[in-house]
Amino acid sequence: MSYLALLVPVALLLGLAGLAAFLWNIRAGQYDDLEGAAQRILLEDDDRPLQDPSDNS
Amino acid sequence: MSCCAPGVEAALQLANGPGSAEELRLASRDLGDGTFQTDLSVPGVHCGACIAAVEKSLLALPGVVHARVNLSMKRASVKWRTSDTPPDLIGALQAAGYTAHPFTIETTAGDPEYVRLVKALAVAGFCAMNIMLLSVSVWAGAAGGTRQAFHLISAVLAVPAIVYSGRIFFVSAWSALRHGRTNMDVPISVGVLMAFGLSLYDTLHDGPHAYFDAATTLLFFLLIGRTLDHLMREKARSAVAGLARLTPRGAMVVEEDGSRRYAPLAEIEPGTAILISAGDRIPLDGIVTGGVSDLDRSLVSGEAAPQAARAGTQVQAGLMNLTGMLTIRTTARAEDSFLAEMVRMMEAAEGGQAGYRRIADRAAALYSPMVHLVALATLVGWVFVTGDWHASITVAIAVLIVTCPCALGLAVPIVQVVAARRLFEKGILVKDGSALERLAEIDTVLFDKTGTLTSGNPRLVNAGDIEPSAFAIAAAMAAGSRHPLSAAIAEAGRTAASASIVLDHVSEHPGCGLEARSGDLVYRLGRPDWALGEASESVADEAYSLVLLTMNGRPLGRFMLESAIRQGAAETVSALRRQGLSVEIVSGDREAAVAALAARLGVEHFGAALLPGQKVAHIERLRRDGHKILMVGDGLNDAPALAAADISMAPATAADIGRTAAGFVFMNESLSAVDEALRIARNANRLVRQNFALAIAYNIIAVPLAVSGHVTPLLAALAMSLSSVAVVANAMRLGRSAPVQWPARSMVDAGSGSHAVGAG
Repeated sequence: MSYLALLVPVALLLGLAGLAAFLWNIRAGQYDDLEGAAQRILLEDDDRPLQDPSDNS
Repeated sequence: MSCCAPGVEAALQLANGPGSAEELRLASRDLGDGTFQTDLSVPGVHCGACIAAVEKSLLALPGVVHARVNLSMKRASVKWRTSDTPPDLIGALQAAGYTAHPFTIETTAGDPEYVRLVKALAVAGFCAMNIMLLSVSVWAGAAGGTRQAFHLISAVLAVPAIVYSGRIFFVSAWSALRHGRTNMDVPISVGVLMAFGLSLYDTLHDGPHAYFDAATTLLFFLLIGRTLDHLMREKARSAVAGLARLTPRGAMVVEEDGSRRYAPLAEIEPGTAILISAGDRIPLDGIVTGGVSDLDRSLVSGEAAPQAARAGTQVQAGLMNLTGMLTIRTTARAEDSFLAEMVRMMEAAEGGQAGYRRIADRAAALYSPMVHLVALATLVGWVFVTGDWHASITVAIAVLIVTCPCALGLAVPIVQVVAARRLFEKGILVKDGSALERLAEIDTVLFDKTGTLTSGNPRLVNAGDIEPSAFAIAAAMAAGSRHPLSAAIAEAGRTAASASIVLDHVSEHPGCGLEARSGDLVYRLGRPDWALGEASESVADEAYSLVLLTMNGRPLGRFMLESAIRQGAAETVSALRRQGLSVEIVSGDREAAVAALAARLGVEHFGAALLPGQKVAHIERLRRDGHKILMVGDGLNDAPALAAADISMAPATAADIGRTAAGFVFMNESLSAVDEALRIARNANRLVRQNFALAIAYNIIAVPLAVSGHVTPLLAALAMSLSSVAVVANAMRLGRSAPVQWPARSMVDAGSGSHAVGAG
């Protein structure tokens, strides 16, 4: 059963990576405006992600 | 697409004119280094084109460094940097065709509770899914060292789920226990912790069974219910908060030397002179010292007919100044004014809702002692019969797991979430789940009159009796005035008005009426005594407001106006009575006006000229007699009554504190929302009871199996998932009928005007 020793940790790590990505998404505010994000892809001039206003034009 | 089509110009009279720069400054947050952040509520944004239009027009203003629209929340967050005055954000948006108003700072800080729930849900989901995968292999026949390894990994995975995600339940259960009460979280916490403890023990001692999967999936399912519940309340709360504030933040103060300065209300001392322009609300109690105007008292006292104000008139905070500029000398601080008085009465009256125990908690109070008793009895019985402590504890914990109220924990929130969505589609916002439960139990409905049963806008009754030529003159004169009676005449006479009428010098005499000249003819439209140029009898006792049109003092036409009955009011009242509910009217308006309306709606019991305290007293009297009361009202004077009733509803046009006090807010013009909400609440209540029945039936089957020691982890997981799915499926029946387009969209937009569709 040595393959389990490899596969189980790999599976868990992949899951953890997904969890970490999700938590990061929440923190980065990507779920704050789902409807707006869906509409913004239709706008021509503004396709930048949320950014810090201080380094913004 | 009609996505950006201008809304129906309906009753929701948003913000009284553009907010002044000073008010905007007060609503902004200082971010340091000269940058300010302002959050605006922009109810009119609906699509990508709107986002582009709003952001472009905001960024075009000098000083604005950042503008971002949140389409889901219908808000725009603007950061600006400027030396003196803030940029005219609201004016710029108005030019682009969007109404906007500043948003209170407190509510923009984000929602930490929601983020916490979602994170807990994510962790629980990750752990539960992985443990479930490992468990499936164990069920499929993994044995010996492999099973042992899987159990160990499961134990490690279960720790974050229990510690991080379970904390939400443990904290709530602990605080309930500390106060000598019990709620749904107590059996959940006990079940989860015991299952985890036993499984850990068995894993370390090479036991064949572990219940890590049951413990973590339980947490996962319950967190889904809790997150949905929170989302629903948050959505309603932010929708209500997004409505325009009806009370101003500050006032224009006239200093001793005649200079003017805009000051926040909290800083204004009694004895200060403040200026109130036409169309603004009076922010503080005071006495008029200069100017003449008409005051709309409907939100404050429930009186429908506007009253004249001149030097010496006492005014309360919340009155709307209609026609002329007024100077008032304040007599009270913000915290002592009429508005604050109402808030204090509300707090004192808040017995109706605080004393309510939610169905789930009432069920838990019965359920959890029983579950714990059965588990204990099982333990004692097994020890007595077999003498094997470990086997006995295993069986007793299996009983706890099987009876763990997974279905019960989902039974209530899932139904309430579905019900809230149904209500949302119909333009009714529900503040929290217990509001639905309380609404389903009512047996008496009290309505306020002005602004609730009537729409607040007067309507011409005798249009047919008026000579067309006189009507045309009156309509032409009234067209420019913002007095509600003028607006009603202008509206009714729109067809009669003709281009041939030439009037010059239409002037408004606040408190009296309108005067116009055409050559050497003087037309007057207004109060009978003023229009005739002589004193005449008062008409205050009649149910109608009388407006006279005269030419050089000779009467041309009599206009009789009354408050228009809100759409659907008659149908709603009769529908409620058909359901066996007793319907009453409690109003602050004059006896004659209330009696006339009561007769037309077929309501036998009514109270007129009631003070706010008397409304509360009436509700408390009824409550003492064992009645459950729904109060529907909109005014400042209704706010204490809204808080005192078991459950309350307010239209979106209600005063700010009324909307806050009410359990439901309806956005539609039609009063049928009351009947609709009641129907959905009752359906929801029935489904909740059915769900409880399902959960109990499941226990009746599962508990004997558990007590007799036949429940394995596989069976427990299966049974738990099945009962949860059954409960959720049952709840979905409430949302089955075709979704209705939210009609409130056009209401919230009222005034958003005709902005360009073709951007982007």
